[in-house]
Amino acid sequence: MSTTTVSEPSVAAPAAADARKAGNWLFIAGVILLCVWVLLPIYLLLVNALSAPAEVTAFPKRFFPSFDTGSLSFFINFAGVARALWNSVLVAAITMVLSIGIGAPAGYALSRFDFPGKEAFRFLVLMTRAFPLPLLALPLAVMFIRTGLDDTAFGLALVHTTLALPFAVLITFSLFSGIPFELEEAAWTLGCTRLQAFTKVILPLALPGIAASAIFAFVISWNEVFAAAVLTIENRTLTAFLLQSLGESPLYLKFAGGAALVIPALIFIFAVRKYLFAMWGIANR
Amino acid sequence: MAEIQIRKVAKRFGSFTALHSIDLTIADQEFMVLLGASGCGKTTLLRIVAGLETPGEGEVWIGDRRVDRLPPRERGIAMVFQNYAVFPHLTVFENIAFGLRMKKLPQQEIERRVNRTAELMHIEQLLKRYSGQLSGGQRQRVAVARALAMEPDVILMDEPLSNLDALLRLEMRAELKGVLAASKTTTIYVTHDQVEAMSLADRIAVMHQGRIVQAAAPVEVYRNPAARFVGSFIGNPPMNFIPATKATNGSWSVAGLTLDGPRSDKPRIDFAIRPEDVEAGSDGLEATVRIVEPLGPHTLVTCDVAGGLFRAVLESSCAVKVGDRLRLAPKPDRIRWFDPETTAALS
Repeated sequence: MSTTTVSEPSVAAPAAADARKAGNWLFIAGVILLCVWVLLPIYLLLVNALSAPAEVTAFPKRFFPSFDTGSLSFFINFAGVARALWNSVLVAAITMVLSIGIGAPAGYALSRFDFPGKEAFRFLVLMTRAFPLPLLALPLAVMFIRTGLDDTAFGLALVHTTLALPFAVLITFSLFSGIPFELEEAAWTLGCTRLQAFTKVILPLALPGIAASAIFAFVISWNEVFAAAVLTIENRTLTAFLLQSLGESPLYLKFAGGAALVIPALIFIFAVRKYLFAMWGIANR
Repeated sequence: MAEIQIRKVAKRFGSFTALHSIDLTIADQEFMVLLGASGCGKTTLLRIVAGLETPGEGEVWIGDRRVDRLPPRERGIAMVFQNYAVFPHLTVFENIAFGLRMKKLPQQEIERRVNRTAELMHIEQLLKRYSGQLSGGQRQRVAVARALAMEPDVILMDEPLSNLDALLRLEMRAELKGVLAASKTTTIYVTHDQVEAMSLADRIAVMHQGRIVQAAAPVEVYRNPAARFVGSFIGNPPMNFIPATKATNGSWSVAGLTLDGPRSDKPRIDFAIRPEDVEAGSDGLEATVRIVEPLGPHTLVTCDVAGGLFRAVLESSCAVKVGDRLRLAPKPDRIRWFDPETTAALS
């Protein structure tokens, strides 16, 4: 037994190198797998949305789509789509305004003031995401019907705001925390009131981030389907409308609808990715 | 006329007392340096004068106005921050003009003042740049220019040079002294760097654990420390301390040497001497050399005296080696004595 242990050190070095190599391969394989996981559905969605209806079900498939906009234009002209699209934009816009209007001051307070229960507040902000929407949907629907908020863009936007608010608070919190307090203090000593210091110094510096946080709120609302499906009937948003009507549609229309939903969200998220990383504490500057 | 009076100002953060009832008067146009180790309360005191912190107790007067309840903008002050706080979204010109625009001065006057202070701080060629395009030293100049352009009664500086590298710090130190003297403002300057304090100040207020231990002219603080802390904090290398026991009334036995000292009924007090105030000779404190550091103009010798470390600055011509036994004679007029319990100076 003792002889084998003596010879081990000489074996250990190449073994470690092998392990590192294997680890590397595993890492690369993991990255590729995750990329495929995310990108393949988007790719298929795009290819099929941009193919002529006949090509969607054809076999073998072409790697590049034929850039036939037939299904997309049919989808856009489909009865009710324009209205649903308008509703989606309206609800998302209200959500955006509300979550920034409420979230940014909360983020500012969290970053600048020490108050009792601050940590508990931060935790509770996140906790709002812990309750599954289906659990809340029924009581919400009942309450909305009582108050007359059901089937309105504003009512749905309220629900979406509660979903988007934690992100708005946390993004703006990290945003304001990144702006040195001394800048504000310097502004005070140079003749500013608290409000002036905010509007003249902090706001210009935070504006790109606030815009990003607003767009993120917009995307959350844009993508949300459950509350939209439960709480609206006439004034359906695009997601709810598609859920309802595309079930019976031909395959190529489903792809077109899917693309119409996914692409704006993708573009928005891509545009604000830097600030989302900031929220998660990943430095990338 | 902007005399600053700090009257019985105290500040607590939770259970921590940052300032114990501070009294300090800073004369019009005086350059007062608050000196102390980090956590001694010097920055807190400055921020209370600035209005960025409210005092728990006490009053702050600038000129004939009580200001401790006023917001910073109404106090007639300007402040230079440790990390400069130059607004990154504005050009250097707009940074310097910021306070002037808040005062709603006419454009012509703003331009005149910005150009004048920029010239004073040698940043005329940087006026169109943004702070991201400036070096640390240049940002520091912008911050000082921004404060000067306000033509305030009082300029407050919070360790303005501590983020600069050593050479630049020397250069800026001399420049600041000239510019501030010419501006005829009252200045409070916070630093933990004793050399900076000695070279800039009209008067130094040495702070320790939330109290002002001594407020006096730099040479006075150096020569006649009011407390043991001042002697050990100011001066590099610091003052030497040796316990002394009573020989007769008015003379004390220090490491075998009998020296004239204060009359006191205490059995034991502390003898103190600056390292440069001893001479190697045929009599004096018996010392065994441990470390010899030739520094050029003089040689720093660390010895054992009465079982404790003792530093002496000797002429570089003296040939001492490690292990040598020396006799170090303290200059009689430079000897200081401290009460071991209160740490206050005895005379």
